[in-house]
Amino acid sequence: MNRYSVFRLLAEGLGGHAGWRRAWRDPAPKASYDVVIVGGGGHGLASAYYLAKEHGVTNVAVLERGALGLGNTGRNTTIVRSNYLLPENNRFYEKSLRLWEGLEQDLNFNVMMSQRGVLNLCHSDSQRDQFARRGNSMRLAGIDAELLDREQVRAMVPILDFDNARFPIYGGLLQRRGGTARHDAVAWGFARAADSRGVDIIQNCEVTGIRVESGRVLGVDTARGYIAAGKVGIAVAGHTSHVAAMAGLRLPVESHILQAFVTEGLKPVLDCVVTFGAGHFYISQSDKGGLVFGGGLDGYNSYARRGTLPTVEHVWSEGVAMIPLLSRLRVLRQWAGVMDMTFDGSPLICKTPVQGLYLNGGWCYGGFKATPGSGWCFAHTIARDEPHELNAAMTIERFRDGAMIDEKGAGPFPWLH
Amino acid sequence: MHRITCPWCGPRDEIEFHYRGDATVSRPPAGAGAAAFYDYIYTRGNPLGWHLEWWAHAGGCRQWVKVLRNTATHEIKATGKAWDALNKPK
Repeated sequence: MNRYSVFRLLAEGLGGHAGWRRAWRDPAPKASYDVVIVGGGGHGLASAYYLAKEHGVTNVAVLERGALGLGNTGRNTTIVRSNYLLPENNRFYEKSLRLWEGLEQDLNFNVMMSQRGVLNLCHSDSQRDQFARRGNSMRLAGIDAELLDREQVRAMVPILDFDNARFPIYGGLLQRRGGTARHDAVAWGFARAADSRGVDIIQNCEVTGIRVESGRVLGVDTARGYIAAGKVGIAVAGHTSHVAAMAGLRLPVESHILQAFVTEGLKPVLDCVVTFGAGHFYISQSDKGGLVFGGGLDGYNSYARRGTLPTVEHVWSEGVAMIPLLSRLRVLRQWAGVMDMTFDGSPLICKTPVQGLYLNGGWCYGGFKATPGSGWCFAHTIARDEPHELNAAMTIERFRDGAMIDEKGAGPFPWLH
Repeated sequence: MHRITCPWCGPRDEIEFHYRGDATVSRPPAGAGAAAFYDYIYTRGNPLGWHLEWWAHAGGCRQWVKVLRNTATHEIKATGKAWDALNKPK
């Protein structure tokens, strides 16, 4: 691998930047692999990387329909955190956050990990009580959490509307180790690091079928021919349902769209991630100055990668209730991603009823922060043919068995999570 | 923006409606067993394309409207009352 460093940058700068090589190869698919990962987003690439790094499994292909990271990896609001209530969630996301903390050194790639803090605002006494409970649950798991009062929040983020008539700010729950990372760089960094360990990353290679015989996976049909595989892992986010259906699976997943927005650039006004507690709204300021924000789902099944206007209005009105200066800003870009929503709002990293077929999906809209942890756990599950204890509860069977991981307590309605 | 034709009220903006999910699932008989109820509550076809679904006209007549809508394009092909059969285009 062409190692990146400041000295290398200086040397290349003096040489007119003519010596950089491509970051990963562009191999033709081989006839067979030990493991084929379907989906070249952050999760698929991270899975391949940790298969090679942690388990020595290097005869691996990652198959991507288009180009790397153009799905949800490039469509999120880049927030990284582990501030969950339920032990099944917070321990998993904390593992992921710890991997984030060492990711740049591990991958030799600048993912612009910025631990600027994630602050959840509360707007009532009962919500503050609930935040105290969640913070305590986090601290029991060894995760940092601080309950701030109103004046501490004001000192930290002065631009908020503290005396909004309907949603006055009572305080907040702060995770200082949370923050943001550069989403594209995460895909590229994992791709480059996996490639250097021998993983074949094959773009423009859509999977069109999964061959199963006697309950065991044999391989995948693709746009570039049949590829035999000892094991197949699915990591396709919003398209989980119909890729899994190729192997005859019917899942507790619906696809919904989530919109995100970036405003024109402005001088620094917000140096952490802030979320609105009276609705669903989260915002941070990018290094280029634009405010990056999003809200809840549009709320109907869709694969369209674009939203409708009632949600735009709703998200903006939440934002303006929290930060009035937003009303004077213009949005430069708006887009949507397709979310694989499960019926309890928590993910699936598990074996399936088909032997040799593994599933990584159901990320709802928490997928980006999970990228390294998801890849790490999925690699373990594939290599050992059994889950790690961190993802042991993230099964398909939990719905049948009544062991949901319902962080929000919303019940079996995917569009409410 | 979706414009949904309520069979009672006529064409209305989507903001008058609450989405209520897949209209192809139906409650199994009481003795059908846990597997049938698991399928009813939790598993969905989640098609990429034509989807038969419920929209409750909460801001209007409060009836549940059956809608045939394309999840790839947001095109609405047909709407009907709860007992109407809406056929998916070939």
